[in-house]
Amino acid sequence: MSEPVYFAAVPRLKWSLWLLPALACRGPFPQSTLDPRSDFSAAIDGLFTNIFWWALFVFVVVESLLVYAIIRYRARPGAPEPKPLHGHTALEIGWTLAPALILVFIAVPTIRTIFATAGHAPPSALRVEVIGHQWWWEFRYPSLGITTANELHLPVHTPIQLDLSSADIIHSFWVPRLGGKRDLTPGHVTRIAFRSDSAGEYLGQCAEFCGVSHANMRLRVFVQPEAEFQAWVAGQQPASGPAAAGGDARVPEGRQEFVRNGCIACHTIAELPQARGVLGPNLSRVGSRTTIAGGLFANTADNLRRWIHNAPAVKPGALMPPSLLPDSELDALVAYLQSLK
Amino acid sequence: MKSWITTTDHKRIGLLYFWTAFAFFLIGGLEALVIRAQLARPEGVGVSAEVFNQMFTMHGTTMVFLALMPLTASLFNFIIPLQIGARDVAFPRLNAFSYWVFVLGGVFLNASFFVGPLFGTGALSVAPDAGWFGYANLTSRQYSPGPNIDFWVLGVQILGVASLAAGFNFIVTILNMRAPGMRMLRVPVFTWMTLVTQFIVITAFPVITVALVLLMFDRFFGTHFFVPAGGGDPILWQHLFWMFGHPEVYILILPAMGIVSEVLPTFSRKPLFGYIVVVYSGILIGFLGWGVWSHHMFAVGLGPIADSVFAGTTMLIAIPTGVKIFNWIATLWGGQLRFTTAMLFALGFIAMFIIGGLSGVTHASPPADLQQTDTYYVVAHIHYVLFGGTMLGLFAGFYYWWPKMTGRLLSETLGRWHFWLSLIGMNLAFFPMHFSGLLGMPRRIYTYPDELGVTSMNLVSTIGAFLIGVATLVFFWNLFRHRRALAPGAGPSDPWGGATLEWAVPSPPPVYNFSVMPVVEGRLPLWRTARHEPIAPLPATPPAPIHVPGGSWWPLITAAALPVMATGAVSRELWVVLLGVAVLIVGVYRWAYEPFEG
Repeated sequence: MSEPVYFAAVPRLKWSLWLLPALACRGPFPQSTLDPRSDFSAAIDGLFTNIFWWALFVFVVVESLLVYAIIRYRARPGAPEPKPLHGHTALEIGWTLAPALILVFIAVPTIRTIFATAGHAPPSALRVEVIGHQWWWEFRYPSLGITTANELHLPVHTPIQLDLSSADIIHSFWVPRLGGKRDLTPGHVTRIAFRSDSAGEYLGQCAEFCGVSHANMRLRVFVQPEAEFQAWVAGQQPASGPAAAGGDARVPEGRQEFVRNGCIACHTIAELPQARGVLGPNLSRVGSRTTIAGGLFANTADNLRRWIHNAPAVKPGALMPPSLLPDSELDALVAYLQSLK
Repeated sequence: MKSWITTTDHKRIGLLYFWTAFAFFLIGGLEALVIRAQLARPEGVGVSAEVFNQMFTMHGTTMVFLALMPLTASLFNFIIPLQIGARDVAFPRLNAFSYWVFVLGGVFLNASFFVGPLFGTGALSVAPDAGWFGYANLTSRQYSPGPNIDFWVLGVQILGVASLAAGFNFIVTILNMRAPGMRMLRVPVFTWMTLVTQFIVITAFPVITVALVLLMFDRFFGTHFFVPAGGGDPILWQHLFWMFGHPEVYILILPAMGIVSEVLPTFSRKPLFGYIVVVYSGILIGFLGWGVWSHHMFAVGLGPIADSVFAGTTMLIAIPTGVKIFNWIATLWGGQLRFTTAMLFALGFIAMFIIGGLSGVTHASPPADLQQTDTYYVVAHIHYVLFGGTMLGLFAGFYYWWPKMTGRLLSETLGRWHFWLSLIGMNLAFFPMHFSGLLGMPRRIYTYPDELGVTSMNLVSTIGAFLIGVATLVFFWNLFRHRRALAPGAGPSDPWGGATLEWAVPSPPPVYNFSVMPVVEGRLPLWRTARHEPIAPLPATPPAPIHVPGGSWWPLITAAALPVMATGAVSRELWVVLLGVAVLIVGVYRWAYEPFEG
């Protein structure tokens, strides 16, 4: 990456990354905590920068004293025995109070930020329910009647409130550029509130170890200008009746395979009355997503085929059993799913 | 051979602890290298997700319970009775029991790597795979149906027994068995920090014991303490685990702080600066360590009040910790520093612990921690504290006391190689983790996409980790090389000019330790101070016969009952459990009625 892009990507702590210039030149860093794009993440970044400077100050002072003492007082032949100093009360009080004072400078903005980022959104906020599953994310927009998976679409400059819960075990929702992480705990509802200040695609992933495929539980957030977001919302609404078969002749056959092979037991597709399963992701508009399998693979025909054919083979522990369908049926299924846009 | 198995001599038990814990340290290190080899490249191809999860679980569990704690126990055992002028610990057979419980618990835990076929799982290994913290409700039978977590629950429970027994033993030893004149404020700082550590052990381990019992009930008997569908709450586990887990951090670091407080004065030719302040700050760390557990849970969403309180208590700990560091530097100030390997490791401890402490302050702040927790930033932090802190401190202790323990000096040349390779290796391994974490790399992932931009940092970390491996091999070679090179007792009994009582006896010490009981007049009994002369050399042979208790089989047999019971539970064979109970009852009974002259 060229320098200017790298500067823009890491505005506050950019100089600290100079320590590792050879390493840092790969940017941009799509999951960086140092590149905030919301009020929540910016508040954290400001606080961290503040603490970082204090820590660096203390580091330089104390390590310098240590290194100075090591060099200055190394044993020299013929030197007299050192004076047996047992202590010094004023010094002890001094180096007790000094760190205490620094901690006050850290604690005050800390507590201010804790309350400012406690997850309280204004009533006008767009509320999204985030439900963690092994190993994918479910997103429900109660006010918009949309249920989707692994890709969260949000309008820019709008207050957002995420209500987090879990369907199985503890996960943790983390999209670093939009804010700090928050656990999804079964039996609890936790909250994150933020307002993103710039449109873009932000990467995130589960941060609490949640079993075999914890590393493969990823997500994308698309923060969009209002018009673009509204277009997405309109596109997610269920079509009235079965969608008009556009183009691919195998779509009706794929729809039958979807019912016949038991996919409907776990998946919901709004236009397909038999498909009301809730264990797996809602596939109503799966064709419009950019990724599949918990954000793991690009949503291409090839990847869909491999995924449906044998999910655990490409994502360890995946709960969708291998279908091992013959090619013709796979092709039809893939064509059908891709038609759901 | 028999004399070693039945031994109740604290010195032999100390050496047994060392070699056993060092073996587990190598195993834990190999697990770390598997982890780092996997993460050297993105899109990890090497081991499977299942194996990787077992590796980081067993790496954490092994290093905490089977390597670092027992390595500190090795020094407690060997050095504490010598430092306080005692002939042994208060309960020698209980001490042997602690050791055997530790060994057998460790073997039980690691046996899970090889017994998969017995459970019909298709894989060789059924090692624990839910992290060293074993968060509920991933550990419930529903989400972890195999025997993996059973091994973890029962294995850690067994190891807790060893720690608790040793904790009581050392508290009683330090409080009751000091030589005449050794008032509490004349006790060497290493012994003081051990005392604080053992008080933390006996108060923290019961909490994890309870948590593990509840989890065992959930898994074996269908209770729902941590199962939300049954009205339980997985967050309860987090509170219980960290009420133990955070004090555990101080269990690991306080002994290293004690070691450094012994090594620095000896090689500066100056008494420890601010002895009383160093002791009190250690006690304060122990107390405060109890009130900070929820700082591991800032992402749980406990609410702003709880987060603020735990942020405050956590930041408070920085004060006594900082005070200790300033006192160590003041100890160096005006001294005549001799850079032996022990001293290099002690200085490395201070330099690295400062980094770990300061990164700790950054996640004492809950909002900042929301970005840092469960990322490689925290992995960097804990390794600066536990490797840069505890391990460098322990190496300082072993280079310092090895002549005392074996009568042989370790090679200083190899020692310097060991030190510099360790220091460079750990900084290469752990410093880039600060960046990979802040740039968005979570912990406990067996694979990561190249697009995160953290690939080259991970490669550097891997190189550093292997460098630590090389450093450890140098240490290993040092231990063996000199075994051949020097006969025991060939070196002087005190090669360093130490100030504390352990240097008043020959190296290695005779079985009775002190030929006559020394009378202590100050904190530095072997140094000339303004107030007193060094104590007179002890006679080479005791003026009167000293009774030394013989060995006993019963600690080993009683200890063996625990893994037998655990094996029965894991394999669902009730008769094996009952067999273990029977062995336990017989062992305890025969132990209690063993004739005094065994």
